[in-house]
Amino acid sequence: MNASETHLWGNGPDGQVTALADILVDIGPIDAIAPGQGRAFIVAGRTIAVFRQRDGRVFAIDNQCPHRGGPLAEGIVGNGTVICPLHSWKIDLSSGRCLSEAACVQTHEVRVVNGRLLIASGIAA
Amino acid sequence: MSAGQRKLVVVGNGMAGARVVEEILQRDARQFHITMFGAEPYGNYNRILLSNVLNRTQSAEQIFLNPLAWYAQRDITLHAGVKAQRIDRERKVVIGRPLPPAALPYGADDVVTTAPAIEVPYDQVIIATGSRPFVPPMAGSDTPGTFLFRTIDDCDRIAAYAERCRTAVVIGGGLLGLEAARGLLAHGVAVTVVEAAPQLMIAQLDADAAAVLKATMEQMGVTVLLEKITTHILGQPRVTGLQFKDGSTLDADMVVISAGIRPITDIALNSGLTVERGIVCDDQLHTSDPDVFAVGECVQHRGVIYGLVEPIWEQAKTIADVISGVRPAAAYCGSKLATKLKVMGVELASMGDVRSTQPEDEVVVYREPSRGVYKKLVVRGNTLVGAILLGEADTAGVLTQMFMLGTPVPQRRADLLFGTSSGAPILSVLDLPDHAQICNCNGVSKGQIKEAIQLAKCRSVSKVGACTKAGLGCGSCKPLIQQFLEIYAGDVEEDDPSEHYYVPGVPLAKSELIAAIKARQLKSVSAVFREFAEGKEDPGSKPGLASLLKSLWPDEYEDERDARFINDRVHANIQRDGTFSVVPRIYGGVTSAAELRRIANVAVKYDVRMVKITGGQRIDLLGVKKEQLPAMWKDLGMPSGHAYTKSFRTCKSCVGTDFCRYGLGDAIALAQAIERRFQGVESPHKMKLATAGCPRNCSEAYVKDLGAVAIGGGKWEIYLGGAAGGTVRKGDLLCTVDSHAEVLTYMGRFIQYYRENAKYMERSYGFVERLGIAHLRDVLVNDSQGICARLDTEIEAAVAAYKDPWATDAAAPAYPAQFTGPVAVMNEQGELHP
Repeated sequence: MNASETHLWGNGPDGQVTALADILVDIGPIDAIAPGQGRAFIVAGRTIAVFRQRDGRVFAIDNQCPHRGGPLAEGIVGNGTVICPLHSWKIDLSSGRCLSEAACVQTHEVRVVNGRLLIASGIAA
Repeated sequence: MSAGQRKLVVVGNGMAGARVVEEILQRDARQFHITMFGAEPYGNYNRILLSNVLNRTQSAEQIFLNPLAWYAQRDITLHAGVKAQRIDRERKVVIGRPLPPAALPYGADDVVTTAPAIEVPYDQVIIATGSRPFVPPMAGSDTPGTFLFRTIDDCDRIAAYAERCRTAVVIGGGLLGLEAARGLLAHGVAVTVVEAAPQLMIAQLDADAAAVLKATMEQMGVTVLLEKITTHILGQPRVTGLQFKDGSTLDADMVVISAGIRPITDIALNSGLTVERGIVCDDQLHTSDPDVFAVGECVQHRGVIYGLVEPIWEQAKTIADVISGVRPAAAYCGSKLATKLKVMGVELASMGDVRSTQPEDEVVVYREPSRGVYKKLVVRGNTLVGAILLGEADTAGVLTQMFMLGTPVPQRRADLLFGTSSGAPILSVLDLPDHAQICNCNGVSKGQIKEAIQLAKCRSVSKVGACTKAGLGCGSCKPLIQQFLEIYAGDVEEDDPSEHYYVPGVPLAKSELIAAIKARQLKSVSAVFREFAEGKEDPGSKPGLASLLKSLWPDEYEDERDARFINDRVHANIQRDGTFSVVPRIYGGVTSAAELRRIANVAVKYDVRMVKITGGQRIDLLGVKKEQLPAMWKDLGMPSGHAYTKSFRTCKSCVGTDFCRYGLGDAIALAQAIERRFQGVESPHKMKLATAGCPRNCSEAYVKDLGAVAIGGGKWEIYLGGAAGGTVRKGDLLCTVDSHAEVLTYMGRFIQYYRENAKYMERSYGFVERLGIAHLRDVLVNDSQGICARLDTEIEAAVAAYKDPWATDAAAPAYPAQFTGPVAVMNEQGELHP
């Protein structure tokens, strides 16, 4: 963890890493997600798709495609984009915006710290 | 009515009147308070369908366009059953009187009633009084048993009277007259059509077409008398017959007069407006008074009176644009006339100048009297100026489009009459209405694609896709989009090289890509991106590359599952709710009691939501969670049926010679051999096969990607490129062989050639059509390129490399969390799960 992260991130009472705004949840080692794929986690009642690109970048967005609710974690990922497995809607992973429709999905802050995936829970610390 | 609203009065509540109101409300629903006068005591109905009411295929209720509630909802005051008689242009009021119930709504005489006049003040008036039937001068036209054919009430009266008649005469051999004849036939009366002119339908047909139609009608039991002018309707107190000008007579129990229409201009005449044959209007549909407009069949515009709906809809739009101020300078410049209809069930399209009038005209005629078919084109200066299609009007859509737009006609005029020999793709897409859905995956209509081409200036399939999403799903509509581009853009960008890339994210055509991959010995998708795309992993390109690599390196391919569609990652087909389907392999569609018992046990144990027999003669277990897959596969103890990937899927069979008393060849043994050999072999798109034990084709082998059909004497025919899905195509015969072994050889050879040369996601029917069966026969049977031996070796390697993915992955997951659903890590209270 570097200095700026220490400023922003800290250890919670039970040893979990937390942020000042949201509780950050440790959802496991980065290797729990196969390279180039996504995987779904349920965080505070919300199903979130977390993606691990082969270039090392990670993204997190709501798992539901705005079109017909397709499970985005099962989509094909690359270049910061996921393609929904049901009808091939393309969604930009950093903005959550759908690339061809006026629709979007919620993005979530996610990062890799010490080989662990940390995700903003949406619940205030 | 609220303050500041303008007062609009519409005289006439037929199709034109109601349409103009709809158009105005669409543009501005609050600008006007609208009052409508309708002489008929109904809401508005579709007069075009009246003959259906008469022949009882539709009820009167079914042809109403706007019920009375429609007017109330839009705050329109409707005076139904009230005839507007005069416009007092000094006081700016429209004056009408209620009609007595028995009066004909289109009667010419001013009706005497004691009811007080209704006066409605106006700022603007639209006259939409339509037309009335024309009654040729003859004695006795008011004899009971004589009818006009124009309104719902006419239909009722005609139908009721026909019940006690054996013979009926229709005076008038035009469109409506023939429709009336059709209606009467349904009442079981013998019908004679009497026409004064030397031919039927003189407005739409030339003499030759009319002769063909006459013969067709006579076959249906309608008698046609031409050049007969009726002078008397005979009989008292009821109709008993007709007398003609030539002195001859004809017995009849009833007479329907349908001799054309004349504009209803009474109100315009009474109000001092200019009237010639119709109410004279300028290009903005103003009458001679700028506050009074007219629309529809009562209008005479540039000397023409229109009786068809399309011109009238155009007029209605123009008035709405002008009167609402949306486009005050909008102009109606007249219409080209084209109709497509059924006359007594006979298809007919007619447009423009059906009789050649210029010496330089090129006239193309096709005549097939035995089938009642007649087709004619009049081409002038390489554009279509007139056409008739009678008895068969498949190409009416494209002809109408070419006629309306004045686009140049193709060199082969015959294509315009019969469609192109390759199956007339351009013609059929043109036939589609704008609202027709083209891309079924993303719900994109023809109109949206047209807009992308014409307004957004998209000039390639991929650009249309980027703009509309059309073609971005399964991609099967891309050929249609290509056709729309050719039609609407004309100048398709041939030079957009990305169109030829095998996948969009790697700038190489398929042959270049294969050569480059082989040269650098690349065996994984990520390696291809690294070498040819600077590491940029375009997600849309991943599955196509994976498919290609697997066919290039059957054994050595490095299976990076992230490059594959979810179905291929977990060997099951994802469903709309995110669950999966499990389809075990059932070779040739032949199973056993033991297998069925195992399947049933699995269905019970895993609480499978649906057990479905598929079209491919297998059993589909639906609604399965990803987590359940490996255990189910183990319990089934059957290999994967590959009902999910772009590969060999299944080979259906009929019962062949084992039991069927018609079987000529052992279709089951062949299907099982085919399925055992090619199971799991990946290809540009899925391949569905079948074998048929005789040409009765119970297993549908003629319409499969590959099919084998036994023809007796131990011989099998091999068909390629059949389809019976969204596209229907009978396969092309590649060759006839003498043994099962040869069937396997030729099928394998074709599969390998298809794997090497087809575009990704190109089904065999597109591939075979693109290359042509003659070329394929040359390469695969005559070995014109000397590659058959190599193809046989390559497919053998692919077959040898087959491993059942269920057995492999059930033993050990191929990657972390392969069969894990969403994992809960924190509950809503913020408590962490253990």
